[in-house]
Amino acid sequence: MAENIIIIGGGPCGLEAAKTLRDLGYAPIILEKKQELGGHLRKWDRLFPEGVQAKQVLKELTSGLKGIEWHTSVDIETIEKSRKGYTVTLSTGVSYNSPALLLTNGFKLFPAEKKEEYGYGIYDKVITNADLEQYFAKGKDNVIKKPKTIGFVHCVGSRDEKVGNRQCSKVCCATAVKQACEMKELFPDATIYSFYMDLRLFGRNYEDMYLTAQKKYGIRYIRGRVSEVSEDIDGSLIVKAEDTLLCKPLRLKIDLLVLMTGIVPENSSASLAQQLNIELGEDGFYKPKDTILEPCMAENNGLFMAGACTGPKTIPETLSEARAAAVQIHNYLNKSWISGIL
Amino acid sequence: MIKEGKVKIWSDYQKEIPDDHWFYVRSCIRQNFFPAAEVTFLKILREELGKDIYETPRHTTCGGIAYHLECIPQETQMTIIARQFALMTEAGYENYTCSCVTSFGLYSETLETWHEMPEVEAKIRENLWKSCRMEFKVPKYLAHTSDLFYKFRNDISAKAKYRLVNKETGEPLKVVEHIGCHYAKMFPSKGVGGAEYPYVLAGMAESWGGNIIDYPERRHCCGYGFRQYHVKANRGYSLSNSYKKFESMEPYHPDMIITNCPGCHYFMDRWQYVIAEQTRKTYGQNGYGIPVFTYEEVAGLTLGYNPWDLGLQTHQVAVEPLLDKIGIEYNASEKYLGTGGKLICTPEFPMSIKCC
Repeated sequence: MAENIIIIGGGPCGLEAAKTLRDLGYAPIILEKKQELGGHLRKWDRLFPEGVQAKQVLKELTSGLKGIEWHTSVDIETIEKSRKGYTVTLSTGVSYNSPALLLTNGFKLFPAEKKEEYGYGIYDKVITNADLEQYFAKGKDNVIKKPKTIGFVHCVGSRDEKVGNRQCSKVCCATAVKQACEMKELFPDATIYSFYMDLRLFGRNYEDMYLTAQKKYGIRYIRGRVSEVSEDIDGSLIVKAEDTLLCKPLRLKIDLLVLMTGIVPENSSASLAQQLNIELGEDGFYKPKDTILEPCMAENNGLFMAGACTGPKTIPETLSEARAAAVQIHNYLNKSWISGIL
Repeated sequence: MIKEGKVKIWSDYQKEIPDDHWFYVRSCIRQNFFPAAEVTFLKILREELGKDIYETPRHTTCGGIAYHLECIPQETQMTIIARQFALMTEAGYENYTCSCVTSFGLYSETLETWHEMPEVEAKIRENLWKSCRMEFKVPKYLAHTSDLFYKFRNDISAKAKYRLVNKETGEPLKVVEHIGCHYAKMFPSKGVGGAEYPYVLAGMAESWGGNIIDYPERRHCCGYGFRQYHVKANRGYSLSNSYKKFESMEPYHPDMIITNCPGCHYFMDRWQYVIAEQTRKTYGQNGYGIPVFTYEEVAGLTLGYNPWDLGLQTHQVAVEPLLDKIGIEYNASEKYLGTGGKLICTPEFPMSIKCC
């Protein structure tokens, strides 16, 4: 009978790891706290750099789950470590045993209302990157009505010590470039500004996407941070910023402001880390055994981690790490059984 | 505008304000330019609300103006503050309240510095002992005086004779609240409502019947900014900042401005005259300016105090159109009478801004 492997988190990483483990002959059990599998991918419309539809990727990931047990709306009560592995007990009293445990509990988006000066949750026309994806997916929104001037603010809650997040969220620059181009496609007459600190377009074809944004779509990139946002008498927004290349303060009147919220650790990470005695980095993400040689392995035997729970990652990086973690679990179990540890 | 979002922030930034027994220090600017505001503060707390507020003539400036003009180092300024705390300790009080927003910012900065760097506090204690032979306890609670009126806003409202309402239409007056930069911009958690959407004055205005205007340059400095004004060559910059604010609030047709900062009150009142002289532009109705008040003056008006006892005749911008709008009774012929009923003087009227 195939060994159970418990995976905490049913987003892209957990799903991909489960499939790989199943193909390696195990019986994965996914425990997901949300009502549905798929994680943040479920809320996204298109993915950079090519604009692949998120629902297509989601469909691929959530289909063909034969041989995989999954439970949604799950509330984990306790996790106990024994010589034989891990026992995860849910609030319903149901327990699952597994010789290895894989954490893929992902991330959450920075709550934009914490940057009070940007007015999210105060001014109607301030939205987030996640809100904009919902608009792209649904095609309608109460706030987005033929905007003539649109602003994108990079690094909202990322690289910002004032809110306690020093880390770069890695994916927001590319997302902002993608979303700006999509808005220009929808509203060709709109003028679009993007306020950035640095543009970190590190992946293959990302630079091309950025050049296209400038050359084809005429997105205006302004190197400087937004200092404050307020609402004008007609409901439009007044944005104050600095153009650090021109050494000039700016004051713009715009119709829609999109805040590129960064990636921060999922709420459950801290409590899971406490239960499993995992060290957290200063940024709050799990600290693996070795960031270069063992990025998917924890210090504890039989405990593995993959995806954005160890730091911001793109979808392809997440999926690769999911597969890597599955193979590492397989190798670990083989070695343990041979040596009689388990 | 999503009001619930603001309400959420306001609830996040509430501070503990003790009910009674305060050691009180005055503001350098206010006791010179608007002394009746401070008198009114004490009168309302002592006589209307029955609170224990102690002040001593031995207290001095906090050193804020000299510090922000870089005339004295921080160590000197903190020693001055330590002496104020020593006076509070001598008097047997633990709650400290100051009338000036600049002082409030400095007290907050000093306490935070001592909290983070106890060795600095030790050095200041040594300085104070060597210079004055005095010792002190740090206040248990620090509040700006506007915090106290915020706390008692509903008690004041319950005794009010007038509301901030247009007597003809019954509509709430449109109120601009202007918060001094040093109130919460440095330490958002020290101010009621935080730094971005402060509630301290908005709460009072709402409680007393007015409606707050949220205009684009609401957060902007009044223009004082110490070196912007005190260095004479920079005064144009001071004026341009105030001008920017008035231009921004103009489309909302505000009835009045309430401030909690001595400098803001002074400059928003006086610069309206200068702007009118330079540009012929006025921001109130019918050629008047927008009257600017301290929160104590507004509280006094709602309680039915004589406007001239509140010192409103010392304002540059005429207050009478607003008094008429609310329906507050006053005797115009008493405006410039001194305490003995003798006419002190009648000021010259400016050319470009209408006065009464």
